[in-house]
Amino acid sequence: MSSLVFLIPLALMLGGGALWAFMWSLRSGQYEDMDGAAERIFLDDEDRPGAD
Amino acid sequence: MSSCDEIRLASRDLGGGLYQADLSVPGMRCAACIGKIEKGLAQIPGVETARVNLTAKRVSVTWRGEVPPDLIGALDHIGFQSHLASGLQEAGDPELGRLIRALCVAGFGAMNIMMLSVGVWAGADGETRQIFHWISAAIALPCLIYAGQVFFRSAWTALRRGHTNMDVPISIGVCLAFGLSLYDTFHHGPHAYFEASISLLFFLLIGRTLDHVMRARARTAVAGLARLAPRGVTVRHADGRREYLPLDRIEPGMQLLLAVGDRVPVDGQVVEGASDLDCALATGESLPRPVHVGQAVPAGVLNLTAPLVLVATSRAETSFLGEMVRLMQAAESGRAAYRRLADRAASLYAPVVHAAALMTFVGWMALGAGWHASISTAIAVLIITCPCALGLAAPMVQVMASGRLFASGVMVKDGAAMERLAGIDTVVFDKTGTLTLGRPRLTNLADLPPEDMAAAGLLAARSNHPISRAIAAVAPASSLALTAVSEQPGLGVEAVIDGHRYRLGRAPWALDRPTERSTGTLLTRDGRLVARLELEDSLRPGAIEAVEALKAQGLSVLILSGDDEMVVGDLAARLGVTDFAGGLLPADKVARLEALAREGKKVLMVGDGLNDAPALAAAQASMAPAEAADIGRTVADFVFLHPDLDAVPMTLAVARRAEQLVKQNFALSVGYNVVALPLAVVGLVTPLIAALAMSLSSIIVVANAMRIGGRAVGPVPQQAPAPEVKTPPPTPAKVAA
Repeated sequence: MSSLVFLIPLALMLGGGALWAFMWSLRSGQYEDMDGAAERIFLDDEDRPGAD
Repeated sequence: MSSCDEIRLASRDLGGGLYQADLSVPGMRCAACIGKIEKGLAQIPGVETARVNLTAKRVSVTWRGEVPPDLIGALDHIGFQSHLASGLQEAGDPELGRLIRALCVAGFGAMNIMMLSVGVWAGADGETRQIFHWISAAIALPCLIYAGQVFFRSAWTALRRGHTNMDVPISIGVCLAFGLSLYDTFHHGPHAYFEASISLLFFLLIGRTLDHVMRARARTAVAGLARLAPRGVTVRHADGRREYLPLDRIEPGMQLLLAVGDRVPVDGQVVEGASDLDCALATGESLPRPVHVGQAVPAGVLNLTAPLVLVATSRAETSFLGEMVRLMQAAESGRAAYRRLADRAASLYAPVVHAAALMTFVGWMALGAGWHASISTAIAVLIITCPCALGLAAPMVQVMASGRLFASGVMVKDGAAMERLAGIDTVVFDKTGTLTLGRPRLTNLADLPPEDMAAAGLLAARSNHPISRAIAAVAPASSLALTAVSEQPGLGVEAVIDGHRYRLGRAPWALDRPTERSTGTLLTRDGRLVARLELEDSLRPGAIEAVEALKAQGLSVLILSGDDEMVVGDLAARLGVTDFAGGLLPADKVARLEALAREGKKVLMVGDGLNDAPALAAAQASMAPAEAADIGRTVADFVFLHPDLDAVPMTLAVARRAEQLVKQNFALSVGYNVVALPLAVVGLVTPLIAALAMSLSSIIVVANAMRIGGRAVGPVPQQAPAPEVKTPPPTPAKVAA
């Protein structure tokens, strides 16, 4: 019983973290160009997503 | 160069002298292309950055300076055709962003509440259960408020207009489930339905989001095709100054300069020059029309052979193009009357379910079970019958079907279009550009001596006229030298070869002594006939087979064209179509479609031109080829990318199969409700049973929808996508940054 006191908040925090991470990836445009991301690994030069 | 002016008009001002232009480059398909395009563009002076989006086949370029860099020319130089992307898509898609965020929140809530519920089902009781219920309530409330909005808004809109849709029973069910659970939690009740209410939202949002992604994908793909309407036009002021002005600043009376290959931007009258105009998209005429000083020209026609000066007679919004838009808006009322299958099902389903819940409540009250028990049972009925599977039934199938069509090169605008298409019984074709390719083809090549053809080919190569291009395309190569070449707009091409004067063009001009009966396209030497070239508009590949396949399915096939009645008749005879009409104005086409609708026919309109756009809007369902006028592509429900007309019966087959599966799905989910309802009415449903039943029915419905992907549909074999059109795979998320 006493373990629940920290296990439940922990579980919620982990879930919340995953939600925040997904929202962040969405906002920073990482799903904008799925095909391009797959192909860009073949390019040798410096490259960052969302540079525009 | 007008393309630079166009880039300036199309660019967005980012502030600080920086501009951004978006170009569509359909030819890019690999890492090498990305590298070449980005490097090639970055090298141009004035270009700051260039970033390729391979999924959307676009490159966005930021540039600074007074004069925009010649991006299109630079891309052409490294071997990529490009054109300015239309401004519609730039704003991103806020609706999709909202849906995905709602989906994430609902998913987060559903998972965590489910975790706590499993604890309760596993035997937690007393204070532990109470704590679990309270935490669930704390997670469920914000999720319900945030993710539920999508449904609440739509339900409220429907109720205010006095009818119901699928979202009404969903909203009522979800809210009541939450309310009852909260009440029970207050009173230390054993059951709470928090997980049912939030996972329901989650499942339904999946269907809603998929539906939206499908439509967004088709829109992007269609918008990526070449655009036809010019953004602006070069104006010659009274003092001789030339200026490139955007379309909406053109006033009647302005003098417009029209180069070869430009489209007429607004209705006008020719004041200088003579040329041939390609009217195929505007009026449906297959042969180019010669124009000279004093003639009126409608907006949207293409200038083929010589520069013209026009004086504008209307503004953009009152020109031929604007007129088409107005006709289209008037015609669209017919389509708005269609109600989606899911909504029709909901309008039958919702009253039954709500009545059942009410009867349950009344019944238990009559048996003396007390307020709380009666309301609990009634709400359990609502939850168990909440149309989760029903909400997924249609979108899942339509997403699968549209994915299938997408792979075969057909873009679907939305799911409702597929339902409308499945119900049609009449197919109306436009002629020029739809049944035919809108390009003339030489038919008597085999009868012509090669040396004559070589001469004709040399002459034809000097002209932009579609007939000349058709001749030049098939003529053998030749080493003869041409001198004194000149093109007479509206007449033909003239040149001297070996001291002889050759003419290729209209009979009365090419011959020295033409007779009354001299018609057609001739090659003459020193005014005497050398060869007669027979040309006709070539049939679109698969046209005959497509018409046959449609007729074999018992559909009536009609041809309505703006072209000459006789030409239409010839073509109709070749295709075996008995019902046809020629010389129709755009309004006539709409009138014909409305007459058909009054007879109770459900019409599929297949057309490409500006003149077809109102008819496309008026029909129950509509298709357009990719090379159609952009206004037509925008209004059509389906756009097919391959030249083959096979796409029409193939799309129809997929749509019919989709409708069959949607109906199966409805039957499945209703059948499941029929089984579950008695359990709920007698009060045997616990939250565990509700959760199991709901997930199970959703999975069954989704699995059934998958079946459309695997099996070949109908009599038409699946065609492989053409190499030049690479179809992007589904994008899970595309949100403006």
